[in-house]
Amino acid sequence: MDTLDQLEQQSVYILREAFRHFERLCMLWSIGKDSTVLLWLARKAFFGHVPFPLVHIDTSYKLPEMIQYRDRLALEYKLTMVVGQNVDILKQQKTFPATQHLPDGHPDKVSRQECCGFLKKDALTNTLNGTWPRQRMNLKTGKYELDADREPYHGVIVGARADEEGSRSKERYFSPRDKNNLWDVGEQPPEFWNQFKTDFAPGTHVRIHPLLDWTELHIWEYIKREKIPTVSLYYDQGPGTRYRSLGCGPCQAAIASTAKNVEEIIDELKSGKLKNIAERSGRLQDGKHGLEELRREGYM
Amino acid sequence: MTTETSAKKFIMGAGDTAAGREQMNVVIVGHVDHGKSTVVGRLLADTGSLPDGKLDAVRKECQRTGKPFEWAFLLDALTDEQDQGITIDTARSFFKTPKRDYIIIDAPGHIEFLKNMISGAARAEAAALIIDAKEGVRENSRRHGYILSMLGIRQIVVCVNKMDLVDRSETHFNAIEKEFRAFLAEIGAASPTHFIPISAMNGENLATRSDKMPWYKGPTFLESFDGLQKAPSKIDRPLRMPVQAVYKFASQGDDRRIVAGRIESGKVKVGDKVTFLPSNKTSTVKSIEAFNAEAKAEIGAGWSTGLTLTEEIYITRGELMSHEANAPLVSTRFRANMIWLGKKPFVPGRDYKLKIHTQSQPVRIHKINKVIDASEAGSVLNKDHVGRHDVADLILETRQPIAFDAIAEGESTGRFVIVDGYDIAGGGIINGAEKDDQEDLRAEARVRDFNWIRGGVNREQRAVRLGHRAALVMFLGKSGVGKHRYARALEKSLFDRSMSSYMLDGTNVLLGLDADLVWLESTQHELVRRFAEVAHILLDAGTIVVSTTNAIGLGDVAAVQALIPDFEVVPVLIDPTGAVCDACDLRLSGKESEEEAIAKITAVLKQRQITNP
Ligand SMILES: Nc1nc2c(ncn2[C@@H]2O[C@H](COP(=O)(O)OP(=O)(O)O)[C@@H](O)[C@H]2O)c(=O)[nH]1
Repeated sequence: MDTLDQLEQQSVYILREAFRHFERLCMLWSIGKDSTVLLWLARKAFFGHVPFPLVHIDTSYKLPEMIQYRDRLALEYKLTMVVGQNVDILKQQKTFPATQHLPDGHPDKVSRQECCGFLKKDALTNTLNGTWPRQRMNLKTGKYELDADREPYHGVIVGARADEEGSRSKERYFSPRDKNNLWDVGEQPPEFWNQFKTDFAPGTHVRIHPLLDWTELHIWEYIKREKIPTVSLYYDQGPGTRYRSLGCGPCQAAIASTAKNVEEIIDELKSGKLKNIAERSGRLQDGKHGLEELRREGYM
Repeated sequence: MTTETSAKKFIMGAGDTAAGREQMNVVIVGHVDHGKSTVVGRLLADTGSLPDGKLDAVRKECQRTGKPFEWAFLLDALTDEQDQGITIDTARSFFKTPKRDYIIIDAPGHIEFLKNMISGAARAEAAALIIDAKEGVRENSRRHGYILSMLGIRQIVVCVNKMDLVDRSETHFNAIEKEFRAFLAEIGAASPTHFIPISAMNGENLATRSDKMPWYKGPTFLESFDGLQKAPSKIDRPLRMPVQAVYKFASQGDDRRIVAGRIESGKVKVGDKVTFLPSNKTSTVKSIEAFNAEAKAEIGAGWSTGLTLTEEIYITRGELMSHEANAPLVSTRFRANMIWLGKKPFVPGRDYKLKIHTQSQPVRIHKINKVIDASEAGSVLNKDHVGRHDVADLILETRQPIAFDAIAEGESTGRFVIVDGYDIAGGGIINGAEKDDQEDLRAEARVRDFNWIRGGVNREQRAVRLGHRAALVMFLGKSGVGKHRYARALEKSLFDRSMSSYMLDGTNVLLGLDADLVWLESTQHELVRRFAEVAHILLDAGTIVVSTTNAIGLGDVAAVQALIPDFEVVPVLIDPTGAVCDACDLRLSGKESEEEAIAKITAVLKQRQITNP
C-alpha cells in the first residue's frame, strides 16, 4: 500500500462510518477539486453508488462552467443533487458585486466578508437545517424542482484538509457543531483510534472530514491516478494564469501559472514554486483570521 | 548523519509530501511549558521547513508589541490560542528528511486538553515526550507516558529539555532518565527508545549535535527520528475483518450483497471459508468487490473492502470475520486497562455504551481491580469508581457476547471506547477474556455450528419463502402473570399472517425429552440446555418459536442465548410490579389486552428486521 492507498482506505472507512451512523446525512459539494475527490471516494466506499444527497450552495456568482460540470456529473453518477441559495439577499441585491458601485462608507455597501456571510454561511446553515427551501434535480428531466424534503441533516460530510489553513488543522474526523452551528474548538470530545463521535444531542449536528489527512499534492496525485474529471478552470488555457481554488467569480483571482494539465500541476506543486503562496491566497475575502471566524460560525 | 548534517537538506513546504515517499506521524507531548512548541518551532526552522519570511515576520511582530520572542507564537495559528496563551489542540507540522516525510502532531500539555492530546496521539506511530531538565518529571510527563503506552505507541523518544538551565549536567540528566524509566516500569508502560539531552532554545542536539555536551554519545533528536521503525505489516497475522455494514443497493439495480469492512490484519482469498463471530456463521468468499479498480483474488490488511459470499448468510455489523483456525475470543467479560476523561465518573451499576471495532453494546463495570492516578508514582487509589483522568484496571461486562482480541494479539480488535451520553468519555485496551457463566455453552454451540451438516435448503432461501427470519420470542415472568395467554395469541396471530410459528412450552420438553432427568437443583442447567437445543432445531427450520416456561427464568436467558448465537432471541418480560429489565426487548405489565401485547411485539419484530415491514 502506498500513501495514496492508505489515505483512500481511511477516507472510505470514515465515509462508511458516517453512512452507518447518520440517517440524515449529506455531503457538501463545492464543485472544487477536494469535494470532487470526496465524491469519488464515496463511489469507492459504496461500490459505485452515492447513497446520500450532495448539497451545493449556489451563490449565483459561481463561474458558469462549474454549474454545468455539477449538473453533468449529477446526471452521470445518478446523484441526489440538492441546491440551496440565499434567494432573498439576491433579490434585494445585497451582495458585494451588486453594491460595488456605491461610494465607500455608504450604509448599503456590502463588504466581501459580509457577502460571504449571506451567500455562503447563511445559505448553508438554513439549507442544512431545512429552514429555507431546497431545490432537487429531477434525474429524468435534468431540471431542478422544489425539494419536498425539509428535514434537517445531522451528519454533513465536508472536504476540508488539515494542511489548508491553520484552523482546519484543529478539526477531528467527526467534529460536533452545536445548535447554533457553532464549533467549540476547545471542548471537542476525544477521538481514540478509529472510534468517532457518532452520538449526538437533538438539534446538534456533526461535520465529517474524510480528507483531513490529505494534502493538496495528494489530491492532485489521486485525481491523476483515478482519472477523475475536473473543471478546466484549474488549468492554464493560454493566458498564463489558472485558478488554484474555486469560489465566486468576483472574489476569485487567478494565480500566475502555466500548468496546463494535472501532471503539470503536480510538477508545479513538487517544484515548490507555490511553496510560499497559501492555497486560498487567490480568494480575496479570507483576510486575516477570516476563515476561522466563518468556520466557527458554521461556514464549512 | 554527521555533526555537519546541514539543515539545507531538509527542504520543505507544508503539504508537499509525495505519494511515493514513506510518511510517519509523530506526536509530541509533555507537561505544559516544558518546551514542546520550542522543540517543534526550532526543528522546523533548523530543517528549513518554514515558509520564507515567516520567522522574521513573527520576530518583527514581537518587537513591535514589545513581547519577547517565543517559538510558540510561530505555531499558534489560531486566534483563540493566542488569546489564551496555550496550545489547545493538536496542530500538525510537516517536515522531511532524506529518509522520509514526517507529520508532527503537536499535542497540548495542559490537563484540560488531555482529550486533544489523546486524539493527536491516537493517530501517531511514534512519540516524542519533552521533560524540562530543571522542573523534572511532572504530573503530565507521567500521565502522557502512560497514555502513549496505552494507546499502543511503542516507540517513544524522551527529550530532556532546557539542559542549559542545569549546566548541561550529565548527572542531572541521568537522574531524570532513571526516575522516569522506573515510573514507566511500575505502571507497566513501554520503555522509551531514547533519552536525549537537548536545549531546544539553542537548537542543541535537535537538528545538530551540541558540542557543549560531549558526554552524550547517542543520536540527536532528528537522527533518532530516522531511526524509528514503521510498524510491521499485519498481513501475516490471523485474519480479522470487523463487519462494518452489509450493502445491497437493489434500488439502483445492483443485486450484489456486499459484506463491507476493513481488514485489520491477515488476508483473505476468493474461495476461503470464513467464520463470523459471535454468531458462529460460516460461508465462503465468492468475490472481492471494488469500484474503479481491477478485480482481485486476494486482499489483505489495511484495505476497506467488500466481499460477496457463496452462501448468503444473515450477518450484521459488529461481527468479526476470521478463518476458522485462529478465531478471535468471544465473551461477555474482559479485563481491560483504561483511562477516563468524562466529567462525570465511570461508576458500577449503570449501563454505558461500549464501542469496539464496529461493534457497540451496552456495558457495565463488573469489577474494579484498581484505580491509579497516573500523574503520581505509586498511587493506587482506593476508589469504587473511575474519576476524571484516572486510569483503571477493571473487568467490563457486555450484555451480549462480543468477539474481540487481547491487545497483544490484535491491536484494532483489542481496544475500545466507552460512550457516556453523547460523548466518548473513556478508552482502553483489552488484556484478555474473562470466563463468564456461558463459556461452556458457547463452546458447545461453536462445535455444533461449525460441524453442522447442512441440508439442501439454506436459511436465506427459507426466509425468502416464508417472508420472515427465524426468531425465539421468550415470555418470561412469574407463574400466573399471563405468559401462556400471550404466547398462544402470538403464535396464532403470526400464523394467521401466514408466518411459520410454533409455541414451544417447556412442559412439553419436560414430559418427553427430559423424562430421564431426576429433579435435582443441578439438573436445571441440563433442562435449559435441552430446551435451547430443541428450540435451535425449530429455528433452523425457519420458524418463529414462541416459548413460555417456568423452568426457564430470567437468569437462564443468557444461557439460551449462548446456545443460539446465530438466531435472534427476543425476551419479553411480563411483570405487574413494573420492575426494570435491562436485558429485555419489551416489558409488559400483564394488564394489556392480547391485541395490545401482540401489537407491541410485532413492532419489536419489525424493528429487529425479523419480519419485513
Ligand atoms: N532556557 C531555556 N528555555 C526554554 C528552552 N526551551 C523552551 N524554553 C522556554 O520554556 C518556555 C515554555 O516553552 P514552550 O515551548 O512554549 O512550552 P510548551 O508549553 O511545552 O509548548 C518558553 O518560555 C520557552 O522559551 C530551552 O532549551 N532553554
